[in-house]
Amino acid sequence: MELPPLVAMVGNPNAGKSALFNALTGARQKVGNYPGVTVERHSGRIALDDGRPVELVDLPGAYSLDPSSPDERVTRDVVTGAQAGERLPDALVVVVDASNLDNHLRFALQLIALGLPVVVALNMVDLAERDGLVLDPAALERELGVPVVATVAVRRRGLDELRERLTRTVTGEKVRRLTTSDGSIEDDIVTLQRRARQISAAATVSETPVRRWNHALDAVALHPVFGPVLLVALLFVMFQAVFSWSEAPIGWIEGGIAWIDDGVRAVMPDSILRSAITDGVIAGVGAVIVFLPQILILFLFILVLEASGYMVRAAFLMDRMMAGVGLSGRAFIPLLSSFACAVPGIMATRTIDDEKDRLTTILIAPLMTCSARLPVYTIIIGAFIPARQVLPGVGLQGLVLLGLYLMGIAGAFVAALALRRTVTKGESSGFMMEMPKYQMPRLRDVGLGLWSRTEIFLKRAGTIIALTTVVLWLLLSFPRAPAGQSQVDHSVAGRIAGGIEVVVAPIGFNRDIALALIPAMAAREVAVAAIGTVYAVDDPEQGERTIVENLQRRWTLPTALAFLMWFVFAPQCISTIAVTRRETNGWRWPLFMVGYLFATAYVMAGITYWLAVAAGL
Amino acid sequence: MTSPLHLGTLPRHRRATVEAIDWARLATPEARRLRELGFDRGVAVEVLHRARLGGGPIACRVGRMTVALRRAVAVAIAVSLDPQSSALPEPAE
Repeated sequence: MELPPLVAMVGNPNAGKSALFNALTGARQKVGNYPGVTVERHSGRIALDDGRPVELVDLPGAYSLDPSSPDERVTRDVVTGAQAGERLPDALVVVVDASNLDNHLRFALQLIALGLPVVVALNMVDLAERDGLVLDPAALERELGVPVVATVAVRRRGLDELRERLTRTVTGEKVRRLTTSDGSIEDDIVTLQRRARQISAAATVSETPVRRWNHALDAVALHPVFGPVLLVALLFVMFQAVFSWSEAPIGWIEGGIAWIDDGVRAVMPDSILRSAITDGVIAGVGAVIVFLPQILILFLFILVLEASGYMVRAAFLMDRMMAGVGLSGRAFIPLLSSFACAVPGIMATRTIDDEKDRLTTILIAPLMTCSARLPVYTIIIGAFIPARQVLPGVGLQGLVLLGLYLMGIAGAFVAALALRRTVTKGESSGFMMEMPKYQMPRLRDVGLGLWSRTEIFLKRAGTIIALTTVVLWLLLSFPRAPAGQSQVDHSVAGRIAGGIEVVVAPIGFNRDIALALIPAMAAREVAVAAIGTVYAVDDPEQGERTIVENLQRRWTLPTALAFLMWFVFAPQCISTIAVTRRETNGWRWPLFMVGYLFATAYVMAGITYWLAVAAGL
Repeated sequence: MTSPLHLGTLPRHRRATVEAIDWARLATPEARRLRELGFDRGVAVEVLHRARLGGGPIACRVGRMTVALRRAVAVAIAVSLDPQSSALPEPAE
């Protein structure tokens, strides 16, 4: 079957490209990956006016065809036909921000010079008008020599015209050859910039200076005193919301899981198979799915902060502090995302141009307390830390949780300092960033972002987590112990754990923990499910006992504290290791990361255990 | 023109024009990014914010964009005050 024509959407960062892409393709989009690199490929099918289908692909934002990050490299390679796994596009939609033509036209000129059929989308004309700028698309069209369409992606303005111009541009004729050879692509930026400014001036009808509310917002957000205060307040609200907003939905999910569990018990006779389903799959997957609300709330904040343009302001405020440990403000964004999950966090480091800076950020990202640690923290804290008020409104449990978060951050800073002086030694990197205009985040874009996170999470829960809990249940249940003997001791898993216990006993870990550590490599949150499964298999008669009661009966306080400390540092998640391997192109750095984090976790858990024992806890 | 003024010492909210950029002081990727963000001789600039006293980054307007950069880069950008800038103060923010 013949493939439909390929149209690539390309433009500067902050040109509103993705919003335009979303408006054109709606829900009919696919997210994939370019082979060999972890740059996401967003594509979707649209129908042209004459009914022909076209595949639209949204390329990463770039400033020029001279790439300085993996994202920008993909953009260049696709438009020059050099990207593995991608055809040379049949046409380009070059998206430019109407209120920033001076800058965006430079890249547009570079792209037009390639010789592919081009339609320019003069996007966000409404914002330009709000800034007192009136433009003449026809004049721009004359100057550039390609069709220009004024669009407002978020209000769906200009979409029909854009499609119509595209219908005429995509002729079906194969593009013969790019006019520019690869060597001359690197046209002098300054020359192009000057030409861009001339064109921009020619297309500007009038310009009335108006007071920009953007500046008024920045006057607060970037204020030397109020700025940092606002940032801390926002982060506080964010973490507070993760806990308080999630209570009700977590209750609903727990209710749903209990209902399913009861249903299975009602229709199936008591058997090994039923035990596999209830104690294995439902208990394991259920223990993880209850954390979906917290993860989504965290992502909601991060998506809104990013879409509104505030995230770059936060990076600006944090630059000074990050410079202190040899990083730049840019590292703040991936690190904040890592509080939700290190995988998107590590992927977000792609916007960091400096290679060593980026590598350091990747290596410390797993120290940010990701949401998968929450189930572990919550349950252990609930079992061992008394719910006592330390100060009015401040509980001891909350304080311990905060301490664990801070421990991770402090660990990350110390690690960054150490890494920058040793393995990622080099000149301190710079910090140079465009600060986009503030924008009202669009419900639709945030919704799409959240939905894709939910999909990834549920897929993970349904596959990796379900599988590991079933395998663990099998290893725990066989061979069957003779009457009167402990099933766990007799099982395959129990024997393996006996071996691990020798290694972890000096840091206060018992056999249950040794058992939980293996499946927790698949995903940290499985540790809770694993411990639950161990106890469910161990004493089926006492199945009524909750995990918390079992923990209190079998663990000492020093062991529990050491376990918490272990989870602050341990690189306990295969996905993180895998994404690090992809992002650093090899095993060297992920192995280094696993090594240094495990060593730190072992030492810190040991110190915690022995200090707690010495203190008589 | 008395002493040479650069983006690092330019007072806030004073309109100025880039006179020269000392490319030799900048690392290659930094220089390229600076060009890509539109810095060039003759471009209008204005310092909008300074992060904190002593060494924090600077937010400045260049053309129609707001760009954050560190002081180490800012000092390489020589500027001159626009003559009419004192007559047209920014509206209070």
